[in-house]
Amino acid sequence: MAPNPFAAAVDAGSISGPPAAYDYLSDRVFRILAYAGAGAVVVLVAYIVWEIGGQAAPAVAKYGIGFLTSTTWDVGNEKFGILPQIWGTLYSSLLALLIGGFFGLFVAIFLTQGFLPPKLAIVFRTIVELLAAIPSVVYGLWGIYVVIPALRPIADWLHETLGFIPFFSTSLSGPGLMPAALVLAIMILPTVAAISQDALHLVPFKVKEAAYGMGTTRWEAILKVFLPTASRGIFGSMVLGFGRALGETMALAMLIGNANQITLSLFSPANTLASLLASNFPEAGAVEIRALMYAAIALLAITLIVNVVGLFVMTVAVKKQ
Amino acid sequence: MSQPNIAHGDDRGRGFVPDLRRTLNNRRALRSAALSALTWVVALIAAVPLFSVLYMLIVEGGARFGLDLFTELPPAGFEMGGGFGNAIVGTLVMVSIAAAISVPVGILGAAYLSELHPDHKLAAVSRFLAKVLTGFPSILAGVFAYAAVVVLMGTYSALAGGIALSVLMLPTVVLTAEESMKMVPQRMKDAAHGMGCTRSQVIWKVVLPTALPGILTGVMLAVAGAAGESAPLLFTALFSNYWLQSIHEPTASLSILIYNFSGMPFENQIELAWAASLVLVMIVLFFNILSRLIGRPKV
Repeated sequence: MAPNPFAAAVDAGSISGPPAAYDYLSDRVFRILAYAGAGAVVVLVAYIVWEIGGQAAPAVAKYGIGFLTSTTWDVGNEKFGILPQIWGTLYSSLLALLIGGFFGLFVAIFLTQGFLPPKLAIVFRTIVELLAAIPSVVYGLWGIYVVIPALRPIADWLHETLGFIPFFSTSLSGPGLMPAALVLAIMILPTVAAISQDALHLVPFKVKEAAYGMGTTRWEAILKVFLPTASRGIFGSMVLGFGRALGETMALAMLIGNANQITLSLFSPANTLASLLASNFPEAGAVEIRALMYAAIALLAITLIVNVVGLFVMTVAVKKQ
Repeated sequence: MSQPNIAHGDDRGRGFVPDLRRTLNNRRALRSAALSALTWVVALIAAVPLFSVLYMLIVEGGARFGLDLFTELPPAGFEMGGGFGNAIVGTLVMVSIAAAISVPVGILGAAYLSELHPDHKLAAVSRFLAKVLTGFPSILAGVFAYAAVVVLMGTYSALAGGIALSVLMLPTVVLTAEESMKMVPQRMKDAAHGMGCTRSQVIWKVVLPTALPGILTGVMLAVAGAAGESAPLLFTALFSNYWLQSIHEPTASLSILIYNFSGMPFENQIELAWAASLVLVMIVLFFNILSRLIGRPKV
């Protein structure tokens, strides 16, 4: 047993005593366990990167960098490329960020700038938070039976009247980019709204008083004072929301149509890295699994970069305020 | 008095006092009012999806709701009836496995981050990586568990599914537990130290009991999130049409059942997908609301 350093520190006539051997030992054990717990997070991330990387290594060696820039996914001929998926991932996430970011920011302003009495604001905040609680796969089901039918007449009208614009160059025949991006926007809205709210709450009260004291209208104060002051946090919320969108899987696998093509049209089917993994992995053979592992490492790299940038922006934002 | 007496509406003073009220004739006021109106509209639109989802779940899922959903097995192609009892069991078992792994590890890690060595380099790295992991794509947790567990054991299993889910639960548990342990007043910790407690006694007997509501909030949130996950289970737990016999074999889950049935051309399966969504959302909301009730600040 480890020697107890406190045992030497006992004063003969004192009523106080050192921790019992059992207490001392359990303290040691607990500290080591806690150390292991904190280390587990680090080890886990390293293990994830190492494990996925290790599985992808043969494919990386075989297909090289051309994997990222070629466009066919042909299992029979063992030709694999993920440019359409990378494009689809970025395009759908960007669309989702445009829509979800816009709504999220307005919701954050709505909840922090006294539009609602405090009690109602809590109710509304809960509603927005519950949006994040609905499982992705349920959004997918909802998208298939609610969003796509609702979108179809609008999409058809846009295609018929404005079909010369590349964004509307195809009609919506079912699954496609736009329904996927809309559902994705709903899923990232709570993230953007929550973090933007925190940023807006951090605007010092005296800044608000000063702005209103100068005689600004509510929106002059918001647009010219509060938003610029909170801009770093809001930017961080957008980056983190974008990161969420990049990695979102099930709703997209159900709604985007899984077509490996590069398209600008909002209504044509496309594919993303995550939904490629979801739809091909379960039935893939050994060769295809290696290629999918390469796709996974590409997705891992993209999301890690975006998330680290987002967290970095947030850290700087909190320090500056 | 040289100042005009405004309070009494003195006629002589009127001309000297600028009218501070803004009417909509003022361009600035009009712009502000228009933007405020837009905010109301946008915020109300943002609430529509939640109610639309809940409405569809209650109407479509509620129509099929019954006891047989919980006691019967998923039907094959043209069969009528059936349920998803095995999927409910599978979801609960896998979430339990995930919680059994991530909760102890997460709380121990949080104790290190918040109490033992908050400024240590390992703590900083660990905290940062936990935050990075909260944005980790759930499908990659599945890829990881496939590579680390399924390939190793040679079979799809509930255990692999649980491990994949635990990767997603861990950061939530660590970060919320750390946050709530930090909220424990320093004087309580100091008092315990002053009584001669060892540091682990302080954590066990003072910090953990005080921070328990906050920690449970995080755990419940993580459980709610994990119960709704499907991507990590796709190729770790796979699916099964039979009751769970052991955690070392392919296992059904509600979310995968919804995914599989949503694309089927059979009316019966689609109805079951809606009913399963309703059950899944009820499970998720149960844990989510539980976390809010536990974590509500006591006044």
